[in-house]
Amino acid sequence: MLDSKIPQGPLKDKWTNFKFNAKLVNPANKRKYKILVVGTGLAGGSAAASLSELGYQVESFCFQDSPRRAHSIAAQGGINAAKNYPNDGDSVKRLFYDTIKGGDFRSREANVYRLAEVSNCIIDQCVAQGVPFAREYSGYLDNRSFGGAQVSRTFYARGQTGQQLLLGAYQAMMKEVSKGSIKLHPRTEMLDLVVIDGVARGIVVRNLLTGQIEPYVGDAVVLATGGYGNVFYLSTNAKGSNVTASWRAHKKGAFFANPCYTQIHPTCIPVHGDYQSKLTLMSESLRNDGRVWVPKNPGDKRPPQQIPEGERDYFLERKYPAFGNLVPRDIASRNAKEQCDAGRGVGPTGQAVYLDFADAIKRTGPELIKERYGNLIDMYQKIVDENPYKTPMMIYPAVHYAMGGLWVDYTLMSNLPGLFVIGEANFSDHGANRLGASALMQGLGDGYFVLPYTIGDYLAKNKPAQAKFKDHAEFKKSEVDIKNNINKLLSIKGKRTVDDFHRQLGKLLWDKCGMARNEAGLKEALKQIPQIREEFWKNVNVLGSGQELNQALERAGRVGDFLEFADLLVTDALHRAESCGGHFREEYQTPEGEALRRDDVFSYVAAWQFNGVGQNPTLHKEELKFEEVHLAQRSYK
Amino acid sequence: MSKKINLTLKVWRQKNCQSQGGFETYQAADIDTDMSFLEMLDVVNERLTREDKDPIAFDHDCREGICGMCGAVVNGQAHGPMKETTLCQLHMRHFKDGQTLVIEPFRAKAFAVIKDLSVDRSAFDRIIQAGGFISIKTGQAPDAHAIAVAKDKAEWAMDAAQCIGCGACVAACPNASAMLFVSAKIDHLNTLPQGSAELKARTLNMVKQMDQEGFGNCSNEYECEAACPKTISVKHIAKMNKMHRQSNLR
Repeated sequence: MLDSKIPQGPLKDKWTNFKFNAKLVNPANKRKYKILVVGTGLAGGSAAASLSELGYQVESFCFQDSPRRAHSIAAQGGINAAKNYPNDGDSVKRLFYDTIKGGDFRSREANVYRLAEVSNCIIDQCVAQGVPFAREYSGYLDNRSFGGAQVSRTFYARGQTGQQLLLGAYQAMMKEVSKGSIKLHPRTEMLDLVVIDGVARGIVVRNLLTGQIEPYVGDAVVLATGGYGNVFYLSTNAKGSNVTASWRAHKKGAFFANPCYTQIHPTCIPVHGDYQSKLTLMSESLRNDGRVWVPKNPGDKRPPQQIPEGERDYFLERKYPAFGNLVPRDIASRNAKEQCDAGRGVGPTGQAVYLDFADAIKRTGPELIKERYGNLIDMYQKIVDENPYKTPMMIYPAVHYAMGGLWVDYTLMSNLPGLFVIGEANFSDHGANRLGASALMQGLGDGYFVLPYTIGDYLAKNKPAQAKFKDHAEFKKSEVDIKNNINKLLSIKGKRTVDDFHRQLGKLLWDKCGMARNEAGLKEALKQIPQIREEFWKNVNVLGSGQELNQALERAGRVGDFLEFADLLVTDALHRAESCGGHFREEYQTPEGEALRRDDVFSYVAAWQFNGVGQNPTLHKEELKFEEVHLAQRSYK
Repeated sequence: MSKKINLTLKVWRQKNCQSQGGFETYQAADIDTDMSFLEMLDVVNERLTREDKDPIAFDHDCREGICGMCGAVVNGQAHGPMKETTLCQLHMRHFKDGQTLVIEPFRAKAFAVIKDLSVDRSAFDRIIQAGGFISIKTGQAPDAHAIAVAKDKAEWAMDAAQCIGCGACVAACPNASAMLFVSAKIDHLNTLPQGSAELKARTLNMVKQMDQEGFGNCSNEYECEAACPKTISVKHIAKMNKMHRQSNLR
């Protein structure tokens, strides 16, 4: 059993107790500690800025050309907080409860409560930084509704909330860079974690412009490297998003928790061709005003406007009258799949459902819809070449977010002392399904308001040790391993491109380990993944050298890691013989087709230990104890 | 409905910032009109790799028009011919069968070519470091409702804040001026009451850094606004100039 180090006391006092009991680093001593922060999204950016403000030396790494490019920037709809400005009954406890329930009772109570507690500070901080949130005519902040909640608690900046929050964090970072207390390393990719006597002591990176392999020693390493959704090839992630930093830390001993919890987002633009490189999300906020429907009769190919009201099935409103179109993402996605599987899907491929704004436009006029969703509707129009003000949007679920990630305790430290993991890269707060507008909350909560306290407690108990470890043999060994790996990729000179293998892996996972999974399919995937991996290492073609900008080489390294990680994803999905949130095992469903959890057997976090490529990993469990909430089957009816 | 078209590409190839670049010609056959421009380049790169030819380097990441990492000049226009569109959101249905496309990197003295279509835009980061922030530390913030911000001001600030930092404004400007980028950030922060305390230093320092990076001056061509994928208006430049003048006087 893993120790999650949850502080003593009643739930509402745990975080206060932790902060009081935490050891402190004297302000004059903070500058002696160096913290390496990998990733510059909402979590990494906010952490780097906050840690630097406290006085630590911070070095920040990202593979993009600037920290401002991190994929948090693409989050559209909003960020949750328990401000209760609309006076509609929200509270810290309600945000906590909605998040636990939305996560299908597979998250850690104490973490989620803390997240709900800090949520309000995030909004305060961002407003003070100049994030231009939407406001009402009074000059005060506006809120909208999101899935899985019956209160309006989502703050937003048009359809670009992630962009504005990320620029806020980025600007806070730049302020610290100008003072010289953050050192930036853009176009730099972390390729290994250096662990000495069980403690994380640094990282080894590749400069993507020169190919130089460089060691960095630190007193703590913070991974804020995002999720692994791109293992499916097609996802809403950025093209560069990858599992490499997390996976290589995992290979050095960090446990990987709940990798089978992958979120499939219900409202994305459907796939349209083999050449497709990514899927585009249409914000969940559209479900505030859009109604989801399919024709009642399978195979009805009439244009949507010609299908009379009586022959339409608004299946979410019919099945879940209390929440209607705003059910959580996993439920909305599964229902769309169910309709398409039954032959009622629409569009050229039959793999789509309608999201219709006709009623909202009738009710409010097109101007208000444009004000609320204009940029999303424009984006849809550009990609699909249809006008959603006239023709309903077509949407289909797509891989979006990873609830799973590296295991961390209450202090956001992994099982390896000195290695902290924040944001999407850790497994912590969303259980088996994340609610909309909660990723931004978690990323910024971790970076601004949790890690700065918890990392101080760790550092206070450990003396600065960069000088002691900077020339340690483990760094040299890591550099040699990385160079060998790169040389091997460049020397294969096979017949297939990197993307070709990535597409093959992605299709296999989508088919066998996507929205619905079963034992036979998962076993088949476990048979095929090693075959693809083996062929990759014999037949991939990566041109050019390692001493220059070589984008194919970068991708090859990442796909090589995805090919190893896929084994773990499927192993976890096979082991979890229950359905919960984003993990739907066809064998375990209620008579109405809802996810059937098995709390007696699976009320735990599955944290896996690496034993070698192609070897079975060792399972460690963290028992989930629910003291505050009563476990129940989720009902949104 | 989608169809297939054939294109001739003249692509700028340059090994690194020291070497001399030049155009290479490639045939892009059977391009689906539903593809994005970058997906078309993906297909070309896959074919080049199969022929053991070095693929074209280009920057990109989110592919949904928001990260600002992609960009190239297509037939003389930054991000191509469509208004309000980044290269990743430009679709091939806007090109004709048989057309020739000349594809070049964003060119400016301050944006050195790294390789092929990839350029160094770190000058933008340094401009933000000079003052593109509000100096509040984590934890110092008052309640979000402590200050009301008039809706029109909030909307104006948001219009400016939408900038994705892609650099198309610089590439489109005959003087390679970065004034649209710089003014958007200055005006975003200076318009809000939270940012007003640092107005003077922000305005002077960011403009100074912009000049030091080697960007040119504005001569009111408005090419930047026309190329901007986020419709940032040149009105922000006018406001920046006014604030700069006043900051110098005070």
